[in-house]
Amino acid sequence: MTDFFLIAIVAMIFLLIFQIAKASEYVSVLKGEEKSRKQTNRINGFLLVAFLILGLIGVWWCNHLFYGKTLFPQGSASIEGESIDTMMWITIAVTGVVFLITQVLLFWFSFKYQESDKRKAYYFTHNHKLELLWTGVPAIVLTVLVVFGLKYWFKFTGDAPRDSQLVEVTGHQFDWEFRYPGKDGVFGKKNFKLTKPEARNPLGVDWTDAASHDDIHVQKVMHAVVGKPIKMVIYSQDVIHDVGLPHFRMKMDAVPGIPTTLWFTPKWTTKEMKVRTGNPNFVYEIACDQLCGKNHFSMRGEIIVESQQEFDKWLAGEKPEYEKAMTPAEAPKTDSTVTEAKPVASITQ
Amino acid sequence: MSNEAILHEHQTGAHDAGHAHEHHHHETFITKYVFSQDHKMIAKQFLITGIIWAIIGGLFSVLFRLQLGYPESTFPWLEDFLGNWAKGGKLDPDFYYALVTMHGTILVFFVLTAGLSGTFSNFLIPLQVGARDMASPFLNMLSYWFFFAASIVMMASLFVQTGPASGGWTIYPPLSALGEASSGSKIGMDLWLISMSLFIINALLGGLNYITTVLNMRTKGMSMTRMPLTMWAFFFTAVLGVLSFPVLLSGCILLLFDRNLGTSFYLSDIVINGKILPNEGGSAILFQHLFWFLGHPEVYIIILPAMGIASEVMSVNSRKPIFGYMAMVGSLFAIAALSFLVWAHHMFVTGLNPFLGSFFVLLTLLIAVPSAIKVFNWLTTLWRGNIRFTPGMLFAIGFVSMFISGGLTGIFLGNSALDIHLHDTYFIVAHFHIVMGVAGMFGMFAGLYHWYPKMYGRYMNNTLAYIHFWVTLIGSYLIFWPMHYEGLAGMPRRYYEFSGWESFNMFGGLNQFISFVSIIVFAAQLLFVFNFFYSIFKGRKVTELNPWGAASLEWSTPIRPGHGNWPGEIPEVHRWAYDYGKDGRDFIPQTEPVGEDESKH
Repeated sequence: MTDFFLIAIVAMIFLLIFQIAKASEYVSVLKGEEKSRKQTNRINGFLLVAFLILGLIGVWWCNHLFYGKTLFPQGSASIEGESIDTMMWITIAVTGVVFLITQVLLFWFSFKYQESDKRKAYYFTHNHKLELLWTGVPAIVLTVLVVFGLKYWFKFTGDAPRDSQLVEVTGHQFDWEFRYPGKDGVFGKKNFKLTKPEARNPLGVDWTDAASHDDIHVQKVMHAVVGKPIKMVIYSQDVIHDVGLPHFRMKMDAVPGIPTTLWFTPKWTTKEMKVRTGNPNFVYEIACDQLCGKNHFSMRGEIIVESQQEFDKWLAGEKPEYEKAMTPAEAPKTDSTVTEAKPVASITQ
Repeated sequence: MSNEAILHEHQTGAHDAGHAHEHHHHETFITKYVFSQDHKMIAKQFLITGIIWAIIGGLFSVLFRLQLGYPESTFPWLEDFLGNWAKGGKLDPDFYYALVTMHGTILVFFVLTAGLSGTFSNFLIPLQVGARDMASPFLNMLSYWFFFAASIVMMASLFVQTGPASGGWTIYPPLSALGEASSGSKIGMDLWLISMSLFIINALLGGLNYITTVLNMRTKGMSMTRMPLTMWAFFFTAVLGVLSFPVLLSGCILLLFDRNLGTSFYLSDIVINGKILPNEGGSAILFQHLFWFLGHPEVYIIILPAMGIASEVMSVNSRKPIFGYMAMVGSLFAIAALSFLVWAHHMFVTGLNPFLGSFFVLLTLLIAVPSAIKVFNWLTTLWRGNIRFTPGMLFAIGFVSMFISGGLTGIFLGNSALDIHLHDTYFIVAHFHIVMGVAGMFGMFAGLYHWYPKMYGRYMNNTLAYIHFWVTLIGSYLIFWPMHYEGLAGMPRRYYEFSGWESFNMFGGLNQFISFVSIIVFAAQLLFVFNFFYSIFKGRKVTELNPWGAASLEWSTPIRPGHGNWPGEIPEVHRWAYDYGKDGRDFIPQTEPVGEDESKH
């Protein structure tokens, strides 16, 4: 019933607006069209400048309300992200000035030069000096932005430091899996044709490769060491996903068939961030940032950043995946078939 | 004159003064309103089809904003309309993504491409260059009917059981290539691809016609540099479309092959739902290159016509020549040329070689230079003018404001070092909605209010128009400005809800506010639609030939021009289209010969 009332009310409002609009048309005809046109012109000129002033107050107010909720106040949680924040501030400053000047001129000119019987429009077709000025200045400013931007860009897209902690990230609908290379520092080989979740091999690891025997697999939650660069090698098994790390200011797609990489150095542990943000529930979240299907919005991972000791302790407590895959009663059987036999066999199934 | 020859058969007797439209008494309803070859009627067909699509696309955004603003609530009436897609009054995630995808597809292609340049290129090109019709009225008619066919297929896809395409308007494979990956990637995706292929044919037929007409069919004296800026804008738009749409077509065809014929253009190393696919050697990124090679020029296909319209409307209503005509043409050209060299800035985080990326950063930020020239030239056009705030003029001013706001955030996103943080967050949603969506719509509204008297021989209701403008301007800023902050908080776009996230759950109140405003803005657009259709039949009649006092050629036609536009000879042109306020005269029409003692500019 309330729905009908709502519809009726909306319809009434529409009708009312329409009647007012029609009536105002008649009034303007009665009053003399030229006269009422000039009156409307003055009203709109006033509204334009009012919009400018209220708009600028609104911009300030919006910032007041929401700045605290952005990631700026807590600062970048990675060392590389600091340069992104610096770049952001440079760009905000430059564009902010341009925004203010151009919007003020736009609405102020509109108001100031509104139609008046006293004024004649000024026949002004071009002026090379002016035009060169506003070609040259933007070009120079943009060059500065490009130079700074690319400087930072090359810094954090360059090769990861040699002592980086390696971790492999694999996305699939709608979860994340992580693999650590174990003591040898090398990942065991993978082949997507060996994938067999029911035999505890969802990543398609080739168990015949000895390098895989000490690899450690975890789901959903990965660990990283504070102050130590971490290098992610990113895979996807099905559609394109994206490792989105807002706190670290980083992002990289996970593309099936094409591994990508991403590295950064965490600055603060998760515990420190709980204090910094004043949020006892704080976690570093991995958000999938590339539409990947029905549950894209809940494709969530976590990174626990901790001290080296805590990290070592955690790692020592994890059993290599190879052992886990081989120990269960039914697992060795299926796995041995995979190891002995040709990968081709698994495709035909 | 070639114009006359081509149109001769439709045009018999149009030369004896005065009654062009009376010669069409022999026309049937079908040839006049349905399979019309008159560019003005075809323009109206594009326009009205575009308006219908805009209502649908806008309504979709209201539906998914309900979910975003009120994720906890249920709306039982949704189930009445949508059935299984909204069980218990709550949108299904699959359908949410379908709505998002369709909203993007409809607004970008069907409204802001076909509805904007389809309408105004068709309507204005022959009128403003001084031609009786398009170079090929028949191809022009075909162009509309291909658009119509594309519309039918897209509309049909809304009603299939597994739902329409739901992989985002960019339809990245493998998500869009594999039916197992999402229900929208089943038959709905095939229909999307077929519809888009038909749409591309429409864009090509139309574009070739616009280019040919502008190049070959200008009236005597109408040199290229005497054309109004609208003509230049539509011309470059058409060139962009003709060069870039075929690339999307090839991308779509290859995707159809991958989907249905077992090829591996975009597929490699895939395990889905535990099933190992045999495809190897394809590249999912290849599709993105093909898509954005169209996709980036596409956003200029949307914004260039809006720029042209804003320039023209602004000059007429400031009673002043457009400032820096040649710079305006040059910057249109620069934007058009650069738009082909920046596509990979959509792909900075796909694993693209960072060195290669750096070129795209440079070229992308270069576009800001011609854009800045245009903005400053518009501002100088206003300076010391004598401005009349017609609804068209207000929308032109609003366009410039939106273009500034949205253009400046482009400088953030074009810079790869910032894009890595802002990519696929609400920041980009705010950016492209302001600079492409709202600015594009404002350009369209400016054009509609300005040329409505020429289209229908009647005026729209001014009061409704002013309400429409103010609600839309204020509402658009209220909706999109705060979204920048959500983006700076890292909030990802295309999320059905945020409740499961510790990092993004603090914007509940803001999301509610945005949804509320978007419903009001949508209602204001319905006011416009009502005004538009009501005024076709009941609007105040236009009684003077040139109601805005404009210098360009279209206002030298009769109030309701017939097929062929001018009853007598096509007028000769003696000057550019911007002699406003010259030598103490309010304006001098293009058709008036240059006087002996007239000052030069």
